[in-house]
Amino acid sequence: MKIIVCIKQVPDTVEVKIDPKTGTLIRDGVPSIINYDDKTGIEAALQLKEQLGGTVTVVSMGPPQAEVALREALAMGCDDAYLVSAREFGGSDTYATSGILAGAVKTIGYDMIITGRQAIDGDTAQVGPQLAEKLSIPQVSYVEEVFEATEEYVVVKRQFESGYHKVKIQTPCLLTAIAELAEPRYMSVRGIVEAYEKEIKTIGFEDIKDGLELDMIGLKGSPTNVYQSFTKELKGAGTVLKDLSVEEAVAAIIQKMEDKFII
Amino acid sequence: MDFKLTKPQLLQQELFRKFAETEIKPIAKDMDEAEEYSLDLVAKLQKAGMFGIPYSREYGGQGADVLTYTLAMEEVSKVDASTGITMSVHTSLCCSCIDQFGSEEQKHTHMRPLIDGTAIGCYGLTEPGAGTDAGGCQTVAVLDGDNYIINGSKVFTTNSGFADTCIVFALTDKSKGLRGLSAFIVDLHSEGVTVSANIERMGIRAASNCEVIYENVSVPVANLIGKEGMGFKIAMVALDGGRIGIGAQSVGIAQGAIDEALKYVKERKQFGKTINKFQNTQFKLAECQTKVDAARLMVWRAAVAKDNHEAYSKEAAMCKLFGSEVANEVTRVCVQLLGGYGYCREYPVERAMRDAKITEIYEGTSEAMKMVISGAMKV
Repeated sequence: MKIIVCIKQVPDTVEVKIDPKTGTLIRDGVPSIINYDDKTGIEAALQLKEQLGGTVTVVSMGPPQAEVALREALAMGCDDAYLVSAREFGGSDTYATSGILAGAVKTIGYDMIITGRQAIDGDTAQVGPQLAEKLSIPQVSYVEEVFEATEEYVVVKRQFESGYHKVKIQTPCLLTAIAELAEPRYMSVRGIVEAYEKEIKTIGFEDIKDGLELDMIGLKGSPTNVYQSFTKELKGAGTVLKDLSVEEAVAAIIQKMEDKFII
Repeated sequence: MDFKLTKPQLLQQELFRKFAETEIKPIAKDMDEAEEYSLDLVAKLQKAGMFGIPYSREYGGQGADVLTYTLAMEEVSKVDASTGITMSVHTSLCCSCIDQFGSEEQKHTHMRPLIDGTAIGCYGLTEPGAGTDAGGCQTVAVLDGDNYIINGSKVFTTNSGFADTCIVFALTDKSKGLRGLSAFIVDLHSEGVTVSANIERMGIRAASNCEVIYENVSVPVANLIGKEGMGFKIAMVALDGGRIGIGAQSVGIAQGAIDEALKYVKERKQFGKTINKFQNTQFKLAECQTKVDAARLMVWRAAVAKDNHEAYSKEAAMCKLFGSEVANEVTRVCVQLLGGYGYCREYPVERAMRDAKITEIYEGTSEAMKMVISGAMKV
């Protein structure tokens, strides 16, 4: 099976600095890591490869510095790596990014695509699902377990608010990974040595422009306008009232509201 | 001249740092208290490739350079010096004897499992009556058909509690003294090998360090490294390389103590302010970091010389002599900066100070280092 894992290099900090003019991230001087959910995706892909054979290709769209993230993925055991990078792609929002990635993965070829659920910088969880839509392939998001995997289909557990879905999906398909899916392995010393012996291939604008909606890439081609960026305020955990009759529950809620002078 | 690490070396350093922080640091104190090294941790270290770092991939090694190996030694020793010596004895002493002097067959048969992460090695030179004076060695190997029969006892054999293979130095010709010493690859699971309980020590208490008794242990002739009489040379060359590792371990112990002290002085309040605001704290830490940086550069110089196949014996002795002194001085200062808490087991600088002492003793004492250095200077 030929698996592509899409990864994003993100700043390793909770306090992300944002350019107030463009509303995009300032990356200079901030240490970078592979986005957590994406790293889970790499591990899941490597496990599928160990089970079914084939290859794992890692793809990242970003500036040239994203090379380190790709080297790390290679050092974990991925077979080859592509950097999707061009001046024309800069400032892309999720819609533009998924369009560019769709163009890139089509030129590489795949049986399955795995992305992380969402990146810790933007927290949109949109690129994976949009990518599947643009490729017209089926998708399962929030995958927390793979029950069964074959060349033709996979059966996965999809996390859901009040339970889970067990979904059988035919290949080619796209899965988005959440942390529960797999515990990412360490790079190995030898893996790092070999990662730097490999070539990281670059996919630029010229390589995929024929398949792109040209007015839908880069900052100008991004329909999303960031109105305001701010750090979320922390909220305390909610209280769960369990095993109460309707009357008791109503009384308990009224009491809580009275305690807090809401009513 | 470039003092910067390369991109691959930086990524390796990140791996070592993360591994040490995640896998070793949380259990280091418990292993020290129990005086027992975690076999679970050994397996994890093997899986990440930590036992074959500077060895050729042709034989199952990791294919990195000696400098990368020193980065690993520093990072693991920052959180646990016992892990440092466990890796060092295996890598620098045991494997290097076979790598530098062994036959192709010995490399494939005996070195491969050691460096591909399936077996653990140790090194048996020191005896109850033979420390710096290796000429006092009493262990003998007598040729008997296709085998040598080894008899004798070795002490302070690091890793011997769980190792599979030991490089044992034994006299094949008692009349020749040091020139009668030979090196053998011995399977520690052989009949006649008895390993004592872990010797109780001041520091690096988690490391396995035992007395090993060899009683009519039969070793195939094919396990003789090089030729009869080459033992002393093999032992000394291995120790030369080992000293780079101990230099790096010393730097790690010292840097780990500084990192802990730095954290503490920013939190600890006395006389109405955190103690990092006092010039004594600032100057003490500045002195410590300067010395550690100097020691690290000496380690890197020796490692790069070895990587470039240049002479490095003097450089290795210097980095070990200086690095071990720095480790002792810096850990003492850091304990002092933490005051009463620094003396308590709850804080890792207490362990660092105990662990530091051995770096001035093993793999050649500071006095032996001065013999090597002054010899190279032709004093």
